[in-house]
Amino acid sequence: MQDILYFSQQLINGLTIGSTYALIAIGYTMVYGIIGMINFAHGEIYMIGAYTALIAITGLATLGIAWLPLVLLVALLCAVIVSSSMGWAVERVAYRPVRGRHRLIPLISAIGMSIFLQNYVHLAQGSRNIGFPALIEGSFRFGPPESFQLSLSYIQITIFITTLICMTILSLFIARSRIGRACRAVSQDLGMASLLGIDTNRIISATFVIGAALAAVAGLLLGMYYGSVDPLFGFIAGLKAFTAAVLGGIGSIPGAMLGGLILGVAESMTSGYLSGEYKDVVSFGLLILILLFKPTGLLGKPEVEKI
Amino acid sequence: MATPQFKHALFCAVITLVIAYPILGLDLTINAATIDLQGADTSTVVAIVAAAFVVFFFQLYRDTVMASLRKAPKLNPLSGREPLPQAKRVKLESWVLTGIVVLALFWPFFVSRGSIDLATLVLIYVMLALGLNVVVGLAGLLDLGYVAFYAVGAYTFALLSQYTGISFWMSLPIGALLAALFGLVLGFPVLRLRGDYLAIVTLGFGEIIRILLNNWTNLTGGPNGIGGIPDPTLFGMEFGRRVKEEGNTSFHETLGIAYSSEHKVIFLYLIALVLTVITALIIRRFMRMPVGRAWEALREDEIAARSLGLSRTAVKLSAFTIGAFFAGFAGTVFASKQGFISPESFVFLESAIILAIVVLGGMGSQIGVILAAIAVTILPELAREFADYRMLVFGAAMVLMMVWRPQGLMPMRRIHIELEKPE
Repeated sequence: MQDILYFSQQLINGLTIGSTYALIAIGYTMVYGIIGMINFAHGEIYMIGAYTALIAITGLATLGIAWLPLVLLVALLCAVIVSSSMGWAVERVAYRPVRGRHRLIPLISAIGMSIFLQNYVHLAQGSRNIGFPALIEGSFRFGPPESFQLSLSYIQITIFITTLICMTILSLFIARSRIGRACRAVSQDLGMASLLGIDTNRIISATFVIGAALAAVAGLLLGMYYGSVDPLFGFIAGLKAFTAAVLGGIGSIPGAMLGGLILGVAESMTSGYLSGEYKDVVSFGLLILILLFKPTGLLGKPEVEKI
Repeated sequence: MATPQFKHALFCAVITLVIAYPILGLDLTINAATIDLQGADTSTVVAIVAAAFVVFFFQLYRDTVMASLRKAPKLNPLSGREPLPQAKRVKLESWVLTGIVVLALFWPFFVSRGSIDLATLVLIYVMLALGLNVVVGLAGLLDLGYVAFYAVGAYTFALLSQYTGISFWMSLPIGALLAALFGLVLGFPVLRLRGDYLAIVTLGFGEIIRILLNNWTNLTGGPNGIGGIPDPTLFGMEFGRRVKEEGNTSFHETLGIAYSSEHKVIFLYLIALVLTVITALIIRRFMRMPVGRAWEALREDEIAARSLGLSRTAVKLSAFTIGAFFAGFAGTVFASKQGFISPESFVFLESAIILAIVVLGGMGSQIGVILAAIAVTILPELAREFADYRMLVFGAAMVLMMVWRPQGLMPMRRIHIELEKPE
């Protein structure tokens, strides 16, 4: 009984983290699917989302507004607006001018952007990690009171529900809306789509904005879950999310969701049964193994190399 | 007058405000238990608004501004000049380089200890950048975990000296070879991957090495690192005040001069200088050998190179291994210079700095990379008050270089045969 409870606890923790990884991973996978580049600065966009949410929450607290749904809504809106603008601006400044050049050039530009944004926040807000107020406290507990108890906290439930809502909206948006259809067309064949009258530049911008908005949601959720933010907080999360995107098959949106969940569970199982220090080793090791043995990921399509 | 251009300019200005104001204009300050939000000082807010206006007007008159920029006279007076004939250029280059090396040999005897220390650090970065230049610049493989090989070199020396008492000179080839072995073992499976996947895998590898160093406390001392790494000796002469190891003599007693702590610093500098020159010469040789040509061929067009019979794995692996070898070299020198190493010296940022050096200098160009290494290491020391902005500037510089001048400040010039002009 104890073992099952412990196992389910790790599973719940893993799914919580995994669903936020999935939210961030969608940004990587959509951008890769359309223009075939790794948006290295995506982790920083997510970090900026978390910072903006924290600034909004603190600002509201200073004003004396404490009604929880309003606070969450305002924080979410601010984070999404600032991160999306950032995503748009980054694409405009650093990626559009180098699009279509040798593969390494956009990647180096993206790494430069990532370093720039990290230090931008570092200089503006200091390098210390800042405590994120726990807005949603409390948890359901299961199991005998005196031994190990399974706890399912309200914030974990919030994370599940929010992720589920975001994923549903995104899937509907991609499947039904005009822009979503255009996105799919552009990712299949950029040249052909532009011949058929789709404004590809606008669609690429839209992809960055959507990815950044989802990353901002993840920033708010993970900020509340971990309880602190610092300027380096996006880097590792970004790498993990990228791993998730590759695991699920880069370019595929359901793949990113699946990959995020698998990666989250693998990580929390490692910290639950081995040691917390090695969880990063496990996820990077997983990344290396996937790229070696199944570079297309779980749900990805094989890429045909054209001559 | 809501022309599309005006709308676009307005939109850009609003976006500038949105991305700059919350992060720059509002400060989170920690007060004991609570966090406060304060508006930044007026000058910051004015700067943000001014930036928005600049963006607005630039976007509004973008076409005119760009057109007039194109018409403006070229700032570089040399740009219109005929390039020197190759034979002359090569000769001039080798004279200049020899002159610089001779100058560098005598220079430490006239300057302060601090500047020699800094110069040693610069030389270590030059070595690292030359090594990474082989991988990124010549072979076109983006390696984001280069610092891992540097760590292997440094830790090899530290651990060997701690457990077996092996000296610097014995450890130098061992560290470099071990780093090369790591490069070989890692490279073998991953070099099949496409460029950007390779970048991420090497990044993951670098992180794994760092986490292992951090957590394998029994062997590496974990975050506390390893101290007491011995200094190099000169033919059994030690540079300390007293001789530590039996059988050795001390430098100042043998030569009959007064003890000075500067001897050791100068000696380390000279070792680094000699090793850097050796590195540069070896890599220069490689560049002209068939294997060097093969690196570039594979970088330019993989399919064409393979159809001409080049083995993709062998060529890429050789570049990766040679790059790792020189990182191991640099790591050993670094360990003995610092006398203490910890995983903190081998973070991703370090890889990014070395990459920035290679990119700024011009991928593949040796002189460019050497100059960039000097500039990138010395400039933050000269302008201490701007040291905080160092990484910000690096990041921005990497983006701007990719947008405007992806070939770097001093692009590589290939050795080629020139046809004689018909009279």
